[in-house]
Amino acid sequence: MASYLIKRLFYLIPVLFGVTVLVFGIMHFAPGDPAQVILGPKATAASLAKLRAELGLDQPIYKQYFNWIGNVLQGDWGRSIQLKREVLPLVLTRFGATMILTLFAALLAISVGLLAGIVSATKQYSIFDRTAMIAALVGFCLPVFWLGIMLQYVFGLKLGWLPVSGMHSPGQTGFADMLPYLVLPAIALAAEPAAVIARMTRSSILEVIRQDYIRTARAKGLSNGKTILHHALKNALIPVVTVVGMQIGYLLAGAVLVEMVFSWPGIGTLMVNGIIARDFPLVQGIILMVATSYVLVNLLVDVLYTLFDPRISYD
Amino acid sequence: MSSTGIQLTKGTQEVIRRGKLAELWRRFKKDKFAVIGGVILLVVILCAIFAPLITHYDPNETQLEQRLLPPGTEGHFLGTDEVGRDMFTRLVYGARVSVMIGFVAVAIALFFGILVGLFAGYYGGWIDTILMRCIDVLMAFPYVLLAISIIAALGPGLLQAMVAISIVGIPYYARIVRGTVLSLRNKEFIEAEKALGASNMRIIFKHILPNTMAPIIVAATLDVGWMIIAAAGLSFLGLGAQPPTAEWGVMLSEGRKFLRVAPYVSLLPGVCIFLVVLSLNLLGDGLRDALDPRLKQ
Repeated sequence: MASYLIKRLFYLIPVLFGVTVLVFGIMHFAPGDPAQVILGPKATAASLAKLRAELGLDQPIYKQYFNWIGNVLQGDWGRSIQLKREVLPLVLTRFGATMILTLFAALLAISVGLLAGIVSATKQYSIFDRTAMIAALVGFCLPVFWLGIMLQYVFGLKLGWLPVSGMHSPGQTGFADMLPYLVLPAIALAAEPAAVIARMTRSSILEVIRQDYIRTARAKGLSNGKTILHHALKNALIPVVTVVGMQIGYLLAGAVLVEMVFSWPGIGTLMVNGIIARDFPLVQGIILMVATSYVLVNLLVDVLYTLFDPRISYD
Repeated sequence: MSSTGIQLTKGTQEVIRRGKLAELWRRFKKDKFAVIGGVILLVVILCAIFAPLITHYDPNETQLEQRLLPPGTEGHFLGTDEVGRDMFTRLVYGARVSVMIGFVAVAIALFFGILVGLFAGYYGGWIDTILMRCIDVLMAFPYVLLAISIIAALGPGLLQAMVAISIVGIPYYARIVRGTVLSLRNKEFIEAEKALGASNMRIIFKHILPNTMAPIIVAATLDVGWMIIAAAGLSFLGLGAQPPTAEWGVMLSEGRKFLRVAPYVSLLPGVCIFLVVLSLNLLGDGLRDALDPRLKQ
């Protein structure tokens, strides 16, 4: 286990290096001069040259990269052009809101998906199975932003049950106040991953329950529920864990769209506004934060994988 | 040379190919849902191609005195939007943009993904290591986020959105093709070709590539739907197609402002996206089962 973890951590280094190169490259080769964006269209050539020198933009590209990565590692992620604030604290605050939404949606997707998948598999071809699988297909094909808008319309505007935008009531903080604001965005975000997890769980259990050891367990007189719970589920969950890991990436990215629909104050709105305003340091910081988190979450999923399937750690 | 190593005449090969296609079609048409998916997709594509014959309105023609007419209104059976443009017309013309983006983006991603996968898998060694590490870096980003990042560099726009989602799709195909190539490159029929003196390019493109097509066709069919959703999502964020272009994501985004009084302006483009993505999924599932019946459950 320890050697596997060390191997995986070493493997992270080139990937994270590649991520920083890509993030730096994307922003560096973006059309437009950052000095011009900061000083505006009326800036003189002399002031532009002075700012370029101050920002280090007149240096060779590899030096610029190492300066940037050095600063990033020391916690200096630059300053937002548009908001005139340090990028790192800004991104961290907003990323917290995104993580709340993502985690809540992940919990919802995993619990609903697993439950639907298990019941569907144990009651194959029943009305529940057919309904759940049709719902999963629909959930899989719905655009997340459209589902968000429709939830807003039905449960917010028509029925008035839940708030349609924001994260808190005016002047309020705390989880209890946030909860009603969280419900609709989380449902919208969780629909597709729940559908994928349900389909995967069902097919995985159906495959496992045809194995000899399950037949043996049944022959010994174990009830269907016990056979599934104690014998089939652990092996059936191995591919499901992979799918869950893959869905975390979808949730992080999907959160950008859902946040725009529900005016959730996470990184999504910040990023889109940053792109439109060509606020390069801000956008760079957000991309770096999300990509790094995604890589780390994938590592966590790989480690979890070894818990479900110990054979992996010995390979 | 066939994969069994037996020399066949061209005529015999043609008969076998036709026989395989007939068998494929027979298996495919047994799946009613896949056929329904295919029919829906065909209808949407035909509507997109023959849009000017189906509706006489201009998709961008505004008539302020006819704004936000509800569906069922005479002359505008799906109603009008916030500036009086005919909804049905905009949906039909929107299909041109949205569906086209999906197919073109998949085609671009397929082209580069297949090339990367073929070369990485066939040559192995340092070529494989370099190409696959680049793919790993691309896969270190959540898909939509990578597309948004590329647009951050290229600037918002329809073409930029298409390029962005194409790049995002490359790793997916590269991995599928590489996996298939790895399983094929040491097979007897490839060894036989090498022994006969065939060049690497001939082996790659004439013998390995056709054998990677089955999983690729299925993956691409399913992926077109994802690309359509991604492109619409980018337009919804204001990073893809720009107003007044008749594109489903743009229409959804614009309609949101009138959700309370005219929900159908947002509802209808979403239904169109859903139907096309659903049809592509049904079609993809059907193709997968027809190409490899062992996978059918």
